[in-house]
Amino acid sequence: MVVCLITADLRFNSLGQTRAVLDNLSAPVIWVADIPASLGAWRDTHIRARGQLLEDNERLRRENLLLQGRSLQMASLQAENTRLRGLLNSTAMLRNDVLVAELIGVSPDPVRHQLVLNKGARDGVYVGQPLIDADGLMGQVIDVSELTSRVLLLTDLTHSLPVQVNRNGIRAIAEGTGSLDALEIQHISATTDIQQGDLLVSSGLGGRFPVGYPVGEVVLVQRDPGQPFARVVARPSAALNRSRHVLLVFVEVPEEPVPAAPES
Amino acid sequence: MTAGNALVFTVVAFSFLVAAVLAVVPLPQWLLWARPEWIALFVIYWCIALPHRVGIFTALLVGLLLDALEGAVLGQNAFSLSVLALCSLLVYQRLRVFSLWQQCGVVFLLIGLHQLLGQWVQNLEGAGARSLLFLMPAVSSALLWPVILHLLRGTRRYYRIS
Repeated sequence: MVVCLITADLRFNSLGQTRAVLDNLSAPVIWVADIPASLGAWRDTHIRARGQLLEDNERLRRENLLLQGRSLQMASLQAENTRLRGLLNSTAMLRNDVLVAELIGVSPDPVRHQLVLNKGARDGVYVGQPLIDADGLMGQVIDVSELTSRVLLLTDLTHSLPVQVNRNGIRAIAEGTGSLDALEIQHISATTDIQQGDLLVSSGLGGRFPVGYPVGEVVLVQRDPGQPFARVVARPSAALNRSRHVLLVFVEVPEEPVPAAPES
Repeated sequence: MTAGNALVFTVVAFSFLVAAVLAVVPLPQWLLWARPEWIALFVIYWCIALPHRVGIFTALLVGLLLDALEGAVLGQNAFSLSVLALCSLLVYQRLRVFSLWQQCGVVFLLIGLHQLLGQWVQNLEGAGARSLLFLMPAVSSALLWPVILHLLRGTRRYYRIS
């Protein structure tokens, strides 16, 4: 019987319904296990010295000013971008809506890099949805129950995603290695122009991840003449083991067309 | 002396819930590989203490819950825990008269077997561990066995379950 179960899940992926029911059952357990951590977070936000609050406020104000200053030109740049894209006959850029979710559980098995989030089907989360944090792409949703969802991180052994080098657009596949701070870039031929410090962004080719989110930074390029491919290792940009608040990206919302500038 | 079936069910089920919470509580990085297999320990204890009530079927159900919790392939833990329950049911009469340290040794072997079976299934999936570190939980669980034994035995005697 168990053998049937394992086969059904592994080979035919046909147990979605059963898994959803079991996930709903296990959600309270995960929630209870998270109580100490959320208490800690509550204490951090509610019990604080006044001085510290003032300091935080000051810092955030400065940061806000900086970001506002940077986004001043955003509107005009965006309009220009859309216009140029129109000239090039390419499709309009997609604007992505996001949903803030909180991490409530981490997979207890060190081999599986999975997270449990506190948003589920009720909030519109769907299987395959990309997950980002403030620094970059984190992973994708693999399992949704009513109130929680399960995310597979980029670094899981079974995960890979299409990326491209931000500097020159070379496409590649980044595979998880099972270690939280390394992604392996597969099948880079020894003569490819890729170097340490290159930023890898998602290329959007798989149709699953949106284009242009930072994935990682190349930290090691090893060219061995005896091997057909170079060994390239990247460090994920997202804080995979530190973020508690993460963003779920909805990729299917097309942008309303920006009114084109009057043509003269 | 015998308690009602409902009471037995409640106590056993509650103990497994506690074990399930312990099984997913976040641990510091250095302890990650050595997380004790709480659920497996509890299964062993209940199989030894109440072999006529807790057995392979219970282990199967608990294993399914654990699979959902860990996000493992459905059936991985159900499989290894049923084998674990079967083994403990085979040796429970001997295990009861062993000294504490001998019991720890047997628990080490049982949990090691549980981990090994789990690794087989994970390797089918292509996500197996790449070193023998996956056997660390067997060590930590064996070291925890005396504590579990006393706690659960205390609970069992308090509620007079047999």
